[in-house]
Amino acid sequence: MNTTSGTHSHSISVRDLTLNFGAVSVLKNLNLDVAEGEFIVLLGPSGCGKSTLLNCLAGLLDVSDGQIFIKDRNVTWAEPSDRGIGMVFQSYALYPQMTVRGNLSFGLKNAKMPQPEIDKRVARAAEILQIEPLLDRKPGALSGGQRQRVAIGRALVRDVDVFLFDEPLSNLDAKLRSELRVEIKRLHSRLNNTMVYVTHDQIEALTLADRIAVMRGGLIQQLDAPQVIYNRPANLFVAGFIGSPSMNFLHGETIDGGRAFQFGPTRIDLSDYDGGAVGARPKAILGLRPEHLDIQEHEEPGSTIPAVVEIDEPMGADSLVWLKANGTHMSVRVEVERRMKPGTPVFLKVDIAKASIFDAGTEQRI
Amino acid sequence: MADTRIMAGPRGAKPRRILAPANIMLYGTLIVAAMYYALPLYVMIVTSLKGMPEIRLGNVFAPPLEVTFEPWVKAWSTACTGINCDGLSRGFWNSVQILIPSVILSIAIASVNGYALSYWKFKGSELFFAILMIGAFIPYQVMLYPIVLVLKNVGDFFGFQLYGTLGGLVIVHTIFGMPILTLLFRNYFAALPEELFKAARVDGARFWGIFFKIMLPMALPIFVVAMILQVTGIWNDFLFGVIYTKPDIYPMTVQLNNIVNSVQGVKEYNVNMAATLLTGLVPLTIYFISGKLFVRGIAAGAVKG
Repeated sequence: MNTTSGTHSHSISVRDLTLNFGAVSVLKNLNLDVAEGEFIVLLGPSGCGKSTLLNCLAGLLDVSDGQIFIKDRNVTWAEPSDRGIGMVFQSYALYPQMTVRGNLSFGLKNAKMPQPEIDKRVARAAEILQIEPLLDRKPGALSGGQRQRVAIGRALVRDVDVFLFDEPLSNLDAKLRSELRVEIKRLHSRLNNTMVYVTHDQIEALTLADRIAVMRGGLIQQLDAPQVIYNRPANLFVAGFIGSPSMNFLHGETIDGGRAFQFGPTRIDLSDYDGGAVGARPKAILGLRPEHLDIQEHEEPGSTIPAVVEIDEPMGADSLVWLKANGTHMSVRVEVERRMKPGTPVFLKVDIAKASIFDAGTEQRI
Repeated sequence: MADTRIMAGPRGAKPRRILAPANIMLYGTLIVAAMYYALPLYVMIVTSLKGMPEIRLGNVFAPPLEVTFEPWVKAWSTACTGINCDGLSRGFWNSVQILIPSVILSIAIASVNGYALSYWKFKGSELFFAILMIGAFIPYQVMLYPIVLVLKNVGDFFGFQLYGTLGGLVIVHTIFGMPILTLLFRNYFAALPEELFKAARVDGARFWGIFFKIMLPMALPIFVVAMILQVTGIWNDFLFGVIYTKPDIYPMTVQLNNIVNSVQGVKEYNVNMAATLLTGLVPLTIYFISGKLFVRGIAAGAVKG
């Protein structure tokens, strides 16, 4: 008990995890605690180490240093099948020569489970995922969405507490992807087990996660609820990675002891800023999401930026207007009915309470 | 006016000329190439069905006036090599006894090698593979005598005869098949999705479980390829057969050579042709049978889960 006391009540605990491939360090002293029943999404660009971390959790990669606990048990050296995890892969990884039933029961047979129990579990998983009519087909005769359901079923029959998803929806087309996304969320609320989900798709991350871990270069940049990640990104990387189109970054300086932001000739009042003490910084970055700006005809000193419309992109539900302000390209989200003519001079109203200010040197949010 | 002219223009599938210059070149080349291989075969079959008087007429392309299977029977059961006069049948059974264990043993070992080298990387596995590959590039001749010594000494050490026995030759064939077969299997397994292997590990399968239950069923096409390679290679082998066996247990190829090149008496071209065809029959059959299997194997392996 004394070896696990520090990890009590966590479903997964990663302690100082390091993984080196030769001279390349893929994960660096990584720590992560996942609570019971929590849905954690590991999000980041390719090569950030998110899939590597998941493979370490699964036991498919040997770690160089550090420890992994699952359900308060040290599994750092345990075989994948002995860790109490189920895993779903991007390419489904169904055994092509076996029927769906064979795929679902393969792991249970390896565990020498009695046949009646296997039948019971397969039937339950098939019922939950609505794949009963497919049980005697082979994977080759299934559609992509059906295959991924079977792959989820294979994790389900193991009756484990922890599900690991490795970009499970990346091989599906857009429509199926959103359908299965909802289904995974439904599954989570029904089973209420711990899920760790790797993706590079921020929509999946924002919609599914209880908490998102944004990763870069083998390190977790920020671990927080989706809304916090979106509204109060910890640093410039997280701010730029989350949100589509990207957050607008205005390079300037903070003046008057941090009471205002000077962007070229424009002065923006910071008294409503929601963050730490800004102070005077000769180099700072003001981050504004496209939906936290509004286009208007009249100037309001201290809270508007003069800009010129370059182009507008109607996107169905809303419309994106691209403008140029003081040499910087910016995007603003407006109602779709509002069409803007290129070359029109306008003023951008800044909602400073929802903005983020970053130190240009440390790239951290202030 | 303009509309009707446009509508009168080309429409539908583009016509293709059968006797286009490109087609003439293509089929001309193909026909010449086919003749190049088919003509000698024709001469062999025709000659093997003639009697000696008819052959002495010297008309090699003429079909037999009087079809006789005498030469085939003689080649199989009574043709003489040295003091043995029981035809090719002896060599045939020797070759079968060499072929079957060599093919099974070499493919069995190489498939496990390839599987282990692509999925269960260990420290130095890349070096091991590199050394194995170098083996494929060393000329056989360099290794002939060292292997004689190895067979002799290993046999002496364990107290039985290896050099000059069928068992010794089986070992030699197995070893020499290893580099290319391992490469074949390794590349095939490396091309299978790695996530399949990972999924099997999460499902609790271990080294042999994954090999037999997941990998083998997916590897049928490459097994057929390996089998074709080994059967034809080992059946057609002459060099190892001469060196590592002795007259009583010479494989069929060596015996064929001894029949065809025997200096005493009249040259019986019909018997020689029949003997050659008999020897070539096994690889030929393998091609015909496995050709279909091969296609089926590819079709079965094409579905990726």
